[in-house]
Amino acid sequence: MLFDWFVLPFTLGLAYLLVVVSVKFYCWIKALPYSEKQKLKKAIFTTKSLISFKEIVMESLLHRKIFKVNPLLGYMHMSLAFGWLLLILLGNLESRVFNHGEMGPPYVPIFFRFFNPNPTAFAFHHQFSFIMDLVLVFVLSGVALAYYKRLNSNTLGLKRITKHIPADMLALTALWFIFPLRLLAESFTSGSLGGGSFLTANLGNVLNSFLPSEILYYPFWWAYSVSLGLFFVALPYSRYMHIPTEMLLIFLKNAGIEEQNSHSGFTEVELNACSRCGICIDTCQLSKAAGINNVQSVYQLRDIRYDTQDLNRSLNCLMCGRCDTTCPVGIDIAGIRQIKRNESAPGLAENYTYIKPQPVQHADVIYFAGCMTHLTPSIKKAMVNIFKNSDINFWFMDEQGSLCCGRPQLLAGKNQEAKILMQKNKMAIEQSQAKALVTNCPICYKMFHEEYKLDIPVYHHSQYFAGLLDNNLLELNHLNTSAVYHDPCELGRGSKVYKEPRQVLNSIVALNQPNDDGEKALCCGGSLGNVSISSEQRTLVTKQACDTLLQNQPEILVTGCPLCKKTFQKVSDTPVLDLAELVNNSLISRKQKPKPLKKLEKIDQVLNSLVPNQTADLE
Amino acid sequence: MPDFGYKIAKDRQIDYDENKRLIFSEVAAWEPSIYRCISCGTCAATCSAGQYTDYSLRKLILLVKRGEEQEVITNVSKCLLCGKCQLACPMGVNTRNLILGIQNAVKKTTYAV
Ligand code: SF4
Ligand code: SF4
Ligand code: SF4
Ligand code: SF4
Repeated sequence: MLFDWFVLPFTLGLAYLLVVVSVKFYCWIKALPYSEKQKLKKAIFTTKSLISFKEIVMESLLHRKIFKVNPLLGYMHMSLAFGWLLLILLGNLESRVFNHGEMGPPYVPIFFRFFNPNPTAFAFHHQFSFIMDLVLVFVLSGVALAYYKRLNSNTLGLKRITKHIPADMLALTALWFIFPLRLLAESFTSGSLGGGSFLTANLGNVLNSFLPSEILYYPFWWAYSVSLGLFFVALPYSRYMHIPTEMLLIFLKNAGIEEQNSHSGFTEVELNACSRCGICIDTCQLSKAAGINNVQSVYQLRDIRYDTQDLNRSLNCLMCGRCDTTCPVGIDIAGIRQIKRNESAPGLAENYTYIKPQPVQHADVIYFAGCMTHLTPSIKKAMVNIFKNSDINFWFMDEQGSLCCGRPQLLAGKNQEAKILMQKNKMAIEQSQAKALVTNCPICYKMFHEEYKLDIPVYHHSQYFAGLLDNNLLELNHLNTSAVYHDPCELGRGSKVYKEPRQVLNSIVALNQPNDDGEKALCCGGSLGNVSISSEQRTLVTKQACDTLLQNQPEILVTGCPLCKKTFQKVSDTPVLDLAELVNNSLISRKQKPKPLKKLEKIDQVLNSLVPNQTADLE
Repeated sequence: MPDFGYKIAKDRQIDYDENKRLIFSEVAAWEPSIYRCISCGTCAATCSAGQYTDYSLRKLILLVKRGEEQEVITNVSKCLLCGKCQLACPMGVNTRNLILGIQNAVKKTTYAV
């Protein structure tokens, strides 16, 4: 049997790695909630597994999504992952051909050149040596880029890179050494014993001209093996655990498994699948605008994974969801952060016994303004006017006392409190026997839409207006001005409502396109999701978002959220209006119309025409 | 005793020697913007909870500053966390985090012992 003592570090490291990873995978899958386990069982022998397989190739090997962020960064990740796999596969093939189909111990292909320095006897050995050298160049180019990224990350599209912990640094150093050491070991071998191809043979000759190759090649094989072994041992405790975990995550996700309300096996998989690539750092406005550099998702996930997290850090996030949309691994970051908040709900349990049952009124449609709308009375007035104009029998549910929808409590991790408020509101909604609920606040919309589980449809006012327009129940004048639309986080990324506001706006104003639009829209900075940010830091975020929106000098800044409006108003010289105000300004009064439709007939018509809670993508 | 229609008012003197200001120092460490509060009352005027019950953030902050522990405890759990006060406050006090900070401090100082 081919053997030399130096193969031990590699072989033992690999064995250790396989055991640890298998145990971890087993524990995580075991810790999945029952319902999720069932999903996994059902999905395993279906086409879903094939889809997963394809995704693994596209993402884990070729890193398609990172290519989209920056081609050079994508190339770096791809050359390391795909190149290394090629080295292993081709090495296996080479040693199989050489040994006439026999595999031998697993270390043989890795150290093939040591055991068979100059294999002139077997077919295609020139071709094999050439290809192996070529692949090594491919991998080494990735390593070179990785070195370079540490020095100058801007060229690879990253303004800021992740600050790493010791386990990461150890694994990183080992990884950086692996391929250069392989290169040197192979070159010295070919320098003294011959063999190799364009890279290793030539480099071997050069090195041999002034160095004693025959003494050096053996220690370098040792060093290569040690660096491999070290990397394998450090891997499960470092960010490189993402390599095996990402594949598992793809399988689980394609089986339909998702985050629950509490920490589960799936959460562990997601935490370990984060490669700490740092792409989320630049996306985060807190780092870009407000100089807060230690709260980004990469650090949050790491804190939770190693259980070193402080509450203040998890509360310092706008919950804007921008990082979720750029994460190449597709981790449900918002979900994980919410779980963390739920677990460590700050403060005391609230006492809401003072809230009595709400007065109720029968109506066809409920209008819920929400706390933030009460701070922007012009929106409230506009909404009421629009309702009145279309002769709809509506009830302004929170006109008097305004009871909160519960979302701020939920975002702060206070689930019990949110439930109390939800229950009170839900009771009033049910008693009113309304057929639909309309709100102009995206925060309330998301809450009613997702958490309340109401029997009636819930509409954001933009959806409601779009429905009225489609049915010619709302007539609007074109205002001959230009405007830019700001997607509120809770409405856009949060509820996937992008189309309707634009549809309504297009019939009133000339819309211009800002730089970051739709899914990439910036957060206004006012978000209730961030509890601990100071008001000065908020303003920095707001200013930057506002500047981006106003780049093309529109005459109006329009948004669909009272909180966004209030926030932008503080820094913007351009007038900031809510969609409702704009619609109200351009409203053609129905009173001048010949014959309004009959009431009941009409409301049913309107409600039927609206696709319930439709979610639409950007056109 | 015959009822003459008026009573002796309760003593409203605040004894700083007796009042522990532990809560305040905890809160100030958690959310330093408490120092900015000028007791203007804008927060209380807009408060959602204040529409239903006797609760005022302005008062709560004063109570914390004065170390009136008992009254802080009776009032600290009424907030809806809706955030209206934060947008209304002219001094940029980070009110929601402040309220959570007061709750944390109460939890620590009264329940921990
Ligand atoms: S969360 Fe996603 S984007 Fe951020 S470091 Fe992890 S893998 Fe990269
Ligand atoms: S949700 Fe927004 S604020 Fe929070 S980390 Fe992600 S990008 Fe930053
Ligand atoms: S509005 Fe601000 S400054 Fe005024 S009392 Fe309330 S917290 Fe203090
Ligand atoms: S957050 Fe609390 S204190 Fe502030 S307005 Fe809302 S209920 Fe009142």
